[in-house]
Amino acid sequence: MWLARENNISEISSIYNSKEMSKHQLDHLEQLESEAIHIMREVAGQFEKPALLFSGGKDSITLVHLALKAFRPGKFPFPLVHIDTGHNFQEALDFRDELAEKLGEKLIVRNVADTIKQQNLAEPKGKFASRNALQTFTLLDTINEFKFDACIGGARRDEEKARAKERIFSVRDEFGQWDPKLQRPELWNTYNGRIHKGENVRVFPISNWTELDIWNYIRRENIDLPSIYFAHDREVLEHEGQLVAMSEFIQREDTDKISTRRVRYRTVGDMTCTAAVESTASNIDDIIKEIIATKTSERGETRIDDRVSEAAMEDRKKSGYF
Amino acid sequence: MDILRFITAGSVDDGKSTLIGRLLYDSKSIMIDQLEAIEKQTKNREDGDIDLALLTDGLRAEREQGITIDVAYKYFSTPKRKFIIADAPGHIQYTRNMVTGASNANLIIILIDARHGVIEQTRRHSIIASLLNIPHVVVAINKMDMVDYSQDTYNNIVIDFAEVATSLGLKDVTYIPISALNGDNIVGRSQNFSWYEGLPLLDLLENVEVQQDSDLAHARFPVQYVIRPQTDVLHDYRGYAGKLISGIYKKGDKVTVLPSGLQSTIKSIEIGGKEIEEAFAPQSIVLHLEDNIDVSRGDVIVSSNDLPKLEKELEVLVCWMGNKPLAEGNRYLLQINSRLVKTIVTEIQYKLDVNSLEKQYSPGTVQLNDIVRATIKTASPVPYDSYSKLSVNGGAILIDETSNVTVGACMIQ
Repeated sequence: MWLARENNISEISSIYNSKEMSKHQLDHLEQLESEAIHIMREVAGQFEKPALLFSGGKDSITLVHLALKAFRPGKFPFPLVHIDTGHNFQEALDFRDELAEKLGEKLIVRNVADTIKQQNLAEPKGKFASRNALQTFTLLDTINEFKFDACIGGARRDEEKARAKERIFSVRDEFGQWDPKLQRPELWNTYNGRIHKGENVRVFPISNWTELDIWNYIRRENIDLPSIYFAHDREVLEHEGQLVAMSEFIQREDTDKISTRRVRYRTVGDMTCTAAVESTASNIDDIIKEIIATKTSERGETRIDDRVSEAAMEDRKKSGYF
Repeated sequence: MDILRFITAGSVDDGKSTLIGRLLYDSKSIMIDQLEAIEKQTKNREDGDIDLALLTDGLRAEREQGITIDVAYKYFSTPKRKFIIADAPGHIQYTRNMVTGASNANLIIILIDARHGVIEQTRRHSIIASLLNIPHVVVAINKMDMVDYSQDTYNNIVIDFAEVATSLGLKDVTYIPISALNGDNIVGRSQNFSWYEGLPLLDLLENVEVQQDSDLAHARFPVQYVIRPQTDVLHDYRGYAGKLISGIYKKGDKVTVLPSGLQSTIKSIEIGGKEIEEAFAPQSIVLHLEDNIDVSRGDVIVSSNDLPKLEKELEVLVCWMGNKPLAEGNRYLLQINSRLVKTIVTEIQYKLDVNSLEKQYSPGTVQLNDIVRATIKTASPVPYDSYSKLSVNGGAILIDETSNVTVGACMIQ
């Protein structure tokens, strides 16, 4: 029985590897691309007022590239929306503005600083005071202001274990809350985006992509990225093994170990909660080599905000986070 | 490199999460920081070994209770293939979550505890595999270390399962003895199975042929969105955006738009703004037709030589996922690909006992996780193929119009 099975497999794989069979076959990146385009078009087809959440990071830049493939020569059926904490890297902000202008697509920016003022919120304190959690307030206000019914985001399931559980169409109540116990069954490629007034859906077209898939796709499609993704010299502070960019947002102390290192960013979030990695990779090929060789996960290496507790992401999502 | 999507079915005690942890660990897909995190949590355990199951239980409630409640998706790849694992709960009360995970799977791994053999749960998981028409089944007989790697024990379980497989008409079933805990027969051959001549699990997963799982014979194109730039330069541009769910389309092919029945010819096909001669499933494309006819979201453009069925009355197997019971006369929305129609359940013929496969005629109420055969009537005709023939155009969901929740999965017969 086993021998038969084994023979069968080797026979199949020889056919499978032949050119003739592969003529009508998509490789993994093409499959992921088609899936993501399909999801974006479902958003366009099912919702009145969708938005694409854009941060200037590689994942949302990939989303924009996929949106071009999904909707050109037409305009995007949604604006790009950025929730700006005020702690972003200037390189990412410049890139954001240039990209929106180049594409001729609408960009809406809302600032966490304004929300803090208007709602009298407490600024977080501490050495790496992060406005990460406050983004949720601005995001929900923005959703409310424009009556967005769907927000497309660049979250991936491989990033974090609470994200690994989330549906592609993730329904949030009017407070933006995710209830992991009340997720809708999501079958085949059929997405149910029906909601009540006030609710909204977060949609994650690149749920099934891994970090490496993103980089390989960026290479294949020749997608431009902000310069901070490539090796550059930067003044950094060493903190519990992580390298944090020195900036006006970080409280300097005399005991700080500050040095200039050759680094790049693996993820782009706030300057206060995103760490750099030491690297000499100045092009995509070298970055991919480093990622294949790395022993640390993307968020583990670069996100200070996930280190708070075992369920940090689950808790943030439950309270309306991206 | 291509993609294999698979689901693992089994209860906590069958070692399902351990198996996934083992696949990720042995294929070197677990990063140091993730390992450190679970080591921290396992510090208090007596045996000192790390608990690989902690890698997959992502929610606090799951870690607290030590059970899997909802599907978690995990990713790893080898030079040959990218793998997407749907780690689904095995408990009967979470059947709907398992069905969610199973609906996109090319392959299912059904775990059997070698000490217990084929049990009720094994039957239920096999029935779901059969209902959803999962093309490949791997029966992993686990905990072989606890039965002294006995070939007899293994053979007896194979014989028992073969009966189940035959009665359900499961296709392409492969059996494999493993110990997920010790890593026997997972990524490499194990000395403990000198009598087993098949491939270790990972080799098997790398070599299962998935290309033929996508149907290239019947061209079906559900329209998702119409691209109309309406600019001066592109004044007449009208492109139908969607995914070719099955089949192949070429320029010049004769097509029919359903449900209207209007006919036309493919004028051009685009992918990412570039014109191509031929498109195939599952590519996302833009279609242009020769004639200016009425086509909108929810319509299906099919090959005129090969029409699907077009009916207002459908025979369906329903996996009920709602908290409120299903009853004759209930009204819902039916969504099949991009098409949404009002529907009414006119008759419930029988309920399928998911443990014995017996049909229970004229069942009273239908509760969460029940599987029933029903007749439904739709407000307008639905173009479909039978699920067993072409699942991509035969699976539909039922939506409760008042709560907007997805309450049923329909396999159209």
